[in-house]
Amino acid sequence: MSSSTSSQPLVHPAAPTRLLWTVLATVAVLSLLAYLVAFDQGAVSRSGMYLHELMHDGRHLLGVPCH
Amino acid sequence: MPLSGTGTPPTFVTVLLRGLLAGLVAGLLAGTFAYVVGEPHVEAAIAIEEAATHADPATGGHQHDEDALVSRNGQRGGLFLATALFGAAMGGLLATACVLLNRRRRTVDDGWSGLLLAGGALLGAVIVPFVKYPPNPPAVGDPATIDQRTVTYLLLVVLGLVAVWSGSLGYRAVGEQAPVWLRAAAAVGGFLLVTGVAYLVLPSFQEVPGDFPATLLWSFRLASLGTQVVLWTGIGLLFAALMHRQRAVTDARLAG
Repeated sequence: MSSSTSSQPLVHPAAPTRLLWTVLATVAVLSLLAYLVAFDQGAVSRSGMYLHELMHDGRHLLGVPCH
Repeated sequence: MPLSGTGTPPTFVTVLLRGLLAGLVAGLLAGTFAYVVGEPHVEAAIAIEEAATHADPATGGHQHDEDALVSRNGQRGGLFLATALFGAAMGGLLATACVLLNRRRRTVDDGWSGLLLAGGALLGAVIVPFVKYPPNPPAVGDPATIDQRTVTYLLLVVLGLVAVWSGSLGYRAVGEQAPVWLRAAAAVGGFLLVTGVAYLVLPSFQEVPGDFPATLLWSFRLASLGTQVVLWTGIGLLFAALMHRQRAVTDARLAG
């Protein structure tokens, strides 16, 4: 593929600042979600160890250090 | 090489929704794989853990009895919740990375960049950590080192992704006029350089009890790796398919 090919950008280049904030917020929310599944011990979710224990098997089989 | 359509490019949110959907479905597929292939090994490991706890209650550790916070059946069901949520998060992050990548390098086709990123994530965030810190079944692992193991594991996930990035830098640095084997060799070199340094610098942990069955450990680790392979293969293929469908719909609308 040569860099002179004029193909469409995936997303409108308009409003780059707003896009930046949307992207940052999205990454933050999704990282929090992944954290809740993979590492939370109740400190963030305020659910005690309930979520941690509920997702115990998933954590082991996704390969995250568990205990 | 499929060319990008001439239609209006989708907004970030529509791409993100496709990533989330692809991740959710791939997560459920990975959960099904883990349930069928992995759960028997988890059960076997828990049986060993409980036998050890009953023999010596002072060692403590996780509770897996029926009076625990979440029953074993709950944990087996929670497996699907965990893989679906984790898959959706990874699918969303992949879609975001895809958008950012295509904004910088507008020559990349949507489908290809999604597939390449999923492959890169599988290599960098799963296979690189797997080799140094292979996943452990219940009954393996010292609770005293869990914080240290978690931090080093996360660090290796990041370094694995950096290694993949370094490989792509090597590929591009050699230049387009170079023969393909040389570009590939530069990619492998860039990847191995970062991976090798990461493996040397990060500490190792050897916490498998001497009497833990080797076949069970091997089977569990393969099942765990398989779960991640199903997840990332599913995310890549589903995301590429959804992006292709979007292109087809937009092109048809413009042509019609």
